[in-house]
Amino acid sequence: SPKNPEQKIIKRVIALEGDIIRTMGHKNRYVKVPRGHIWVEGDHHGHSFDSNSFGPVSLGLLHAHATHILWPPERWQKLESVLPPERILVKSEEE
Amino acid sequence: MLRGVLGKTFRLVGYTIQYGCIAHCAFEYVGGVVMCSGPSMEPTIQNSDIVFAENVSRHFYGIQRGDIVIAKSPSDPKSNICKRVIGLEGDKILTTSPSDFFKSHIYVPTGHVWLEGDNLQNSTDSRYYGPIPYGLIRGRIFFKIWPLSDFGFLRDSPNGHRFSDN
Repeated sequence: SPKNPEQKIIKRVIALEGDIIRTMGHKNRYVKVPRGHIWVEGDHHGHSFDSNSFGPVSLGLLHAHATHILWPPERWQKLESVLPPERILVKSEEE
Repeated sequence: MLRGVLGKTFRLVGYTIQYGCIAHCAFEYVGGVVMCSGPSMEPTIQNSDIVFAENVSRHFYGIQRGDIVIAKSPSDPKSNICKRVIGLEGDKILTTSPSDFFKSHIYVPTGHVWLEGDNLQNSTDSRYYGPIPYGLIRGRIFFKIWPLSDFGFLRDSPNGHRFSDN
């Protein structure tokens, strides 16, 4: 976590470097993600401590990619890499 | 005959894997030898100097003001930068020159550090890209190995006035 180096947080990647994103609760309405950074958000927007609070995250802080939930067994699933429909980008770098 | 060769190959592979794991753990958790390039830390560290870095302090959060650290670059995660820690979280950093009349300060946010090179005229550091998260720090440099004329522990910062009040 950029605010607490002892803590690891798990969020979804919403935007990569160069993308312009419309933020939810950040001090600037639109943010362009700088080079070498990513924008992360929790799926539960109202109660998430994510880039809307601490801004874009440097790629060097990335620890791992969460692929599956293993425990508890009734929540055993593969985590899909899907962007929530309401979080489409204003402008993507690839365009 | 074939079984002898196969056995030797497996043993060699086994030794290589063991060596690789130990080397990785050593570099990640203990320390290693690093070659620095660039003019931003002169005169303390010149271009192509070889130094010894230890990676133990960062795990115990023992990095202090005045330490020279190696960190991942905030704009390019594949490259490393080598700078001195000027401020820890909560410190007040003077961003304008001490001789300016209108001084401006910035406070280092929680979980971040402020880095500056010793060669202030020729260093892109936190004055350019802002404070960097503590998690990007890889290790602390404390000993110079090469050139032999400069062998030994590293000197204190020539810019002593940069450590401003908290």
